[in-house]
Amino acid sequence: MKPHRIVLVLIALALVLWAAFSLRWDWIPRYAPLALEGIWRTIWLLVLSVVIGFALAVPLGLAQAAGPRWLAAPARWFCTLIRGTPLLLQIWLIYYGLGSLFPQFPWIRESELWPILRQAWPYALVALSLSFAGYEGEVMRGAFKSVPAGQLAAARAFGFSPFATFRRVWLPQALARALPTLGGETILQMKATPLVATITVIDIYAVASRVRQDTFIIYEPLLLLAVLYMALAGLIALAFRGLERRYGRGLG
Amino acid sequence: MFEGLFDLWPGLQASADLLALQPPGWGGNLLRGAVNSLIIALGAFALGLLIGIGGALGKMNGGPVTRDLLAVYTTVVRAVPELILILLLYYAGTDILNQILRMLGQRPVEISGLAAGIAVLGIVQGAYATEVLRGAIQSVPRGQIEAARAYGMSPVQVFRRITLPAMLPNALPGMSNLWLIATKDTALLAIVGFAELTLETRQAAGSTRAYFTFFLAAGAIYLVMTLVSGRFFGWLEARYRRGQAGARA
Repeated sequence: MKPHRIVLVLIALALVLWAAFSLRWDWIPRYAPLALEGIWRTIWLLVLSVVIGFALAVPLGLAQAAGPRWLAAPARWFCTLIRGTPLLLQIWLIYYGLGSLFPQFPWIRESELWPILRQAWPYALVALSLSFAGYEGEVMRGAFKSVPAGQLAAARAFGFSPFATFRRVWLPQALARALPTLGGETILQMKATPLVATITVIDIYAVASRVRQDTFIIYEPLLLLAVLYMALAGLIALAFRGLERRYGRGLG
Repeated sequence: MFEGLFDLWPGLQASADLLALQPPGWGGNLLRGAVNSLIIALGAFALGLLIGIGGALGKMNGGPVTRDLLAVYTTVVRAVPELILILLLYYAGTDILNQILRMLGQRPVEISGLAAGIAVLGIVQGAYATEVLRGAIQSVPRGQIEAARAYGMSPVQVFRRITLPAMLPNALPGMSNLWLIATKDTALLAIVGFAELTLETRQAAGSTRAYFTFFLAAGAIYLVMTLVSGRFFGWLEARYRRGQAGARA
């Protein structure tokens, strides 16, 4: 390690020690159970929205890269719409808009789904998933297009059915090429999750806001929150590096 | 001129009334919010560009300490949600400014939402701009810069005549993305209570209960902003890519 880096690390350690001893952390034990629930909610919102969003992004990308015009145009429009408006606006449109529309229909209120639809998280999940689908649809369009045509022709020459070509040649290669971008986009999605706190979903950000409102302690919860999100970002980056090492083999 | 449409679809009449520019319509509020959003986005983008240029040059030519500090800056800003950075920088910025003022014997001031918004989003943009510009500058072939130096150009001349025009087409797609992020990130200032487009929309929607009308109208305004600026950046890139080897639109 170079000498200047040792000095920098020492300064950072001193800052951490100062923060640990001179800032107020006595609120932590009281809010710890709530915070754990919040972290859990943030993580499953992130994982579910990424999985659902990506499942939507594959057909969206495929339609744009190789679909007929009547499929490609709506897919392109969907991606432009999502990417051209703020996520906060989308979340509020879905929560306040649909949320105020649904109760007007008696058959929705009487249905089995109503206890779920009365909560906030389904709207948050839908908004986050659609947003991820919009951004990743664009990424997958590029990824599908970047697979050399010769590969697909070779698969066809081997007698693969169109579906087998897609599953065994086209999709795996497009995925391997898109993985580095997808890792970055997943971190961006993680950074978007605190927005759901504005529609009363109690994620970890909402817990920190509550600490701030209850105790008037401003910096400590925010700093801890920043560290938590950084750790989460680091974990996501590590996971995707592992995936890249596994699935990126043999790509020139 | 819309009468025929209104007869077909009565709800449209009500929506048009709600969006009228004069009160009791809310169109004026929405437009004022949109102008505020645009001002913040422009300010933040400009500030981010300045920080980005400094950061990129520092990362490439700075000493080891500068480089490490810049690495910490870009890593932290890109890993922590903007919302948290906005709150942290907003509270901390106000506190620090007022403490400096108190030391100077001045009375504490209330920071305007506009200035705070521009400063905070600018710092966030700066981290991304640093990476975009660094990549673009590094993509300029070394030989071109060495040739310029061999002609006896000063470092400023080299930057103005060679590096800047050669890196611009490589930087423009990234900068265009950043501008789009800036326009959309202004919506986050709604959460700290700044009257930009999204907050104005929510207030209008909340007091009239016409959620779809107003959120869709605001979405259309954002979409116009992003589509128009997308066109503009496309034109700019085509313009600066002229005359480059392997030029592609």
